[in-house]
Amino acid sequence: MPTINVNGADKDVSDPTIPLLWYLRDELNLTGTKYGCGSGVCGACTVHVDGAAVRSCIMTAAEAAGKKVTTIEGLSPDGEHPVQKAWRQVSVPQCGFCQAGQIMQAASLLTKNRAPTDAQIVEEMEGNLCRCGCYQRIHEAVRLAAGGV
Amino acid sequence: MLHYLEQELRNQRGNALRATIENVSRRGVLGGLLTTTGLVLAIDFSPASAREVVKPYPTGGDGMPNKTVNNPKVFIAIDKDGTVTIMSHRAEMGTGISTSLPMVVADEMEADWSKVKIVTTDGDEPKFGNQDTDGSRSMRHFIQAMRQCGAAMRQMLESAAATKWGVDAALCSAKDHKVVLIDDKGREQGKSLGFGELAEAAMALAVPAVDTLRLKSPNEFNYMGKGEIKAHDHRNITTGKAIYGADVRLPGMKYAVMARPPVLGGKIKKWDGAAALKVPGVEAVHEIAGVYDVPRKFGILGGIAVVAKSTYAAIKGRDALVIEWDHGENASYDSVAYDKAMTETAAQPGKVIRKQGDPDAAFKNAKQVFTGDYHAAHLNQASMEPLVAVAQVKDGKAEVWAPAQSPFGAKNDVAGALKIKPEDVTLHMTLLGGGFGRKSKSDYIQEAALVSQKMGGTPILLQWTREDDMRHSFYHTVSVERVEIAFDDKNKVTGWRHRSVAPSIISTFVADSGYKFFIENGMGHVNMPYEIANVSCEDGKAMAHTRIGWFRSVSNIPRVFATGSAVCEAAHMIGKDPKDFLLELVGSDRTLNPKELGFPEDFWHYGDPIEEFPMETARFKNAINHVAEKAGWGKKLPEGEGLGIAAHIAWQSYVATIVHVKIDKDGTIRVPEVHTAIDCGFAVNPERIRAQIEGGAVQGMSTTLYSGITFKNGAVEQSNYSDYNIARMSNYPQKVNVHIIDGKPSRPSGIGEPGMPPFHAALANAIFAASKKRIRKMPMGDKIA
Repeated sequence: MPTINVNGADKDVSDPTIPLLWYLRDELNLTGTKYGCGSGVCGACTVHVDGAAVRSCIMTAAEAAGKKVTTIEGLSPDGEHPVQKAWRQVSVPQCGFCQAGQIMQAASLLTKNRAPTDAQIVEEMEGNLCRCGCYQRIHEAVRLAAGGV
Repeated sequence: MLHYLEQELRNQRGNALRATIENVSRRGVLGGLLTTTGLVLAIDFSPASAREVVKPYPTGGDGMPNKTVNNPKVFIAIDKDGTVTIMSHRAEMGTGISTSLPMVVADEMEADWSKVKIVTTDGDEPKFGNQDTDGSRSMRHFIQAMRQCGAAMRQMLESAAATKWGVDAALCSAKDHKVVLIDDKGREQGKSLGFGELAEAAMALAVPAVDTLRLKSPNEFNYMGKGEIKAHDHRNITTGKAIYGADVRLPGMKYAVMARPPVLGGKIKKWDGAAALKVPGVEAVHEIAGVYDVPRKFGILGGIAVVAKSTYAAIKGRDALVIEWDHGENASYDSVAYDKAMTETAAQPGKVIRKQGDPDAAFKNAKQVFTGDYHAAHLNQASMEPLVAVAQVKDGKAEVWAPAQSPFGAKNDVAGALKIKPEDVTLHMTLLGGGFGRKSKSDYIQEAALVSQKMGGTPILLQWTREDDMRHSFYHTVSVERVEIAFDDKNKVTGWRHRSVAPSIISTFVADSGYKFFIENGMGHVNMPYEIANVSCEDGKAMAHTRIGWFRSVSNIPRVFATGSAVCEAAHMIGKDPKDFLLELVGSDRTLNPKELGFPEDFWHYGDPIEEFPMETARFKNAINHVAEKAGWGKKLPEGEGLGIAAHIAWQSYVATIVHVKIDKDGTIRVPEVHTAIDCGFAVNPERIRAQIEGGAVQGMSTTLYSGITFKNGAVEQSNYSDYNIARMSNYPQKVNVHIIDGKPSRPSGIGEPGMPPFHAALANAIFAASKKRIRKMPMGDKIA
């Protein structure tokens, strides 16, 4: 049986066709990763697969097998990842539903690029939708996190 | 909202609202308040040295079902260790109200915020008061009750300390989570008791009567008006621990999705679930009857439910269903044809709902007339959290978890759908991943309960896919608004005609007459505030062919897009500066008199008595002047850039917005900056107010440029965020500057919705200023043609 390493622990996969999103949510009960569109166009389900930001709704469990998956629950043991801290400092969230995806996307950006330009922030965050309209603060928080909060 | 609406309809019929006020007045609570509008206020009058008894003022909260509750024993619990638990009874969908209202309680009772815990209540209005979380009224209607709660608790703690010390309660003063002993000059005597130590004795006391409560004066506030308190749920949100509707997990829970009729009112002709049942993980398929008799209210659409061991399996099972639909009478609904028909209706005289002076003569004698037709598309609320609910219905009782804007209404609706008693339904409110009006309707919650009932008590998480959410909403209406402005030979405005054509929300509640009802009429139509002698507001007939519902700021969206654009267009026509012309229209400093201005008898003032929340043009002009100054109105901008202005009064707040537009070489419309000035009375939580205005601009950008729902053959053409576009990181208004005007002395007014309406017109006007292109149709698209 294939396994996926989720937040540091190996987990069995019984149905390889299930999208990673539903595997995480319905089988592992890791509900921090959100369902927003199911087709990779909103970013609410963003997780890290081997460190890279991935839309978990359009990646199957089979595709994630043998890889390291990090969800919002596993981003930091105490919730003090620089991006999480910046998000709270700037008071980014309104309803908050998209924010796990936004944070995972931003965290992945800062791993690749410790000092992104404004244009790079826009490019990286472009696929993460927020219906409450928190973009201004998201942008500010990414900048703040890049500075090391 | 449904039961609110029913109550409002009763109020209108029996004029019960006025009766309520009179009754309250007769009880002596109000004293001379009704005749001294604006003078008796809950804030801003009590000297710091001696707290005084504060006279309450009536709000629309008194006319809501189950009104407001101010009992500290209901809303506050104090542990022996001093932890203060405060109940949050309004739905949290991102406004921050679950922080802001408990903050009011904590401030008034002198609790230390770091020792406050917030607990979300169930849907239980007899206990907590009204819970319809829409209409921008949570703070507007509940600040008094929450302050009274906090003040009563503070006085109970002081009384408990007085008993312990054997002194007069006047010598006991609550401060910073403890009660300190003072002398008759207010000097501290070095003795104190913590709230935890006093909790048991304080809670055993009777709650002091409202007319003995001494509220804090504004200079004693620790948290109110400061904007320094962080939203209480941001740690859970940023760590993935916050519980939204789909995050509830119950033992043995199954996941369900439903196939629903593509056209409103459609029915199943025949169906076959055999292939669905063969999908691995699918456990059951059930036909669920819909509500087909009109009006449907929040009745479910009906269809086939697929129950499975995961959401994924349920969706796959649904894909395998074979269903033949009878689409029914709405199958010819076509957005292109409907817009044409509405435009024709808008060109004809309509039902007059406000008449002032002699508008016909004004237009007949006019030197010139401006005429503009403004079109706006249906919108879907499209919260990031698609509709979802969890239910377990067993042994005649239901337990439900749902992101509900109206949790008590939903509880009653679930009972109705299950044909059980409301007291046998428990509805737990989860966090809402956005609401924007859609989650005031309970259809998705009823579905979860009905499927659980069908499954013999299996707990069910019923998930709407994004496609379901796009195709089965209660949509924001579609509209054509015609605005005509008459000028005399001196370019003075002599007449105003505004004809509004749009299917009505009321069509979901009563048999559709094709005409709108007083709540829609009160949103930027009959309450047009300009100083014009001859006015005609007219309603054009438009029958609904889909479910029309609330969408953040509701009818104000098309109305202010139209009137705000028309004012700018008319200014250009006569060669005036749009801001100067706007101010000229607002006219002299005055309080609007609904009778003199010909407002209709059933005029709806966002539920509030207009005597208590008068429409004051001086405040309106102040907001306009304030934003003009902040945005540098009149400044020279490069070619391809421009500023647009619009302003509006709604939910008793005064809002003026200036949008800066820059057109890229390829025609792309960009908004580098926005300035919004808002006078919302007492700004209780300025930090969250800013967030609401920032978000309102982003949602306004989506509505004006990107988002539209269209129908063909009765069905919605859009399916997901791929074809229903919303603003994103590259194209949102880049810098929204929020200027909160110190509106004191005044009561807090609405904040969730008022930011949006002026944005649409200000953007349209800025596009014109930048490109000389006037666009009268929303959504406009992301590029200038």
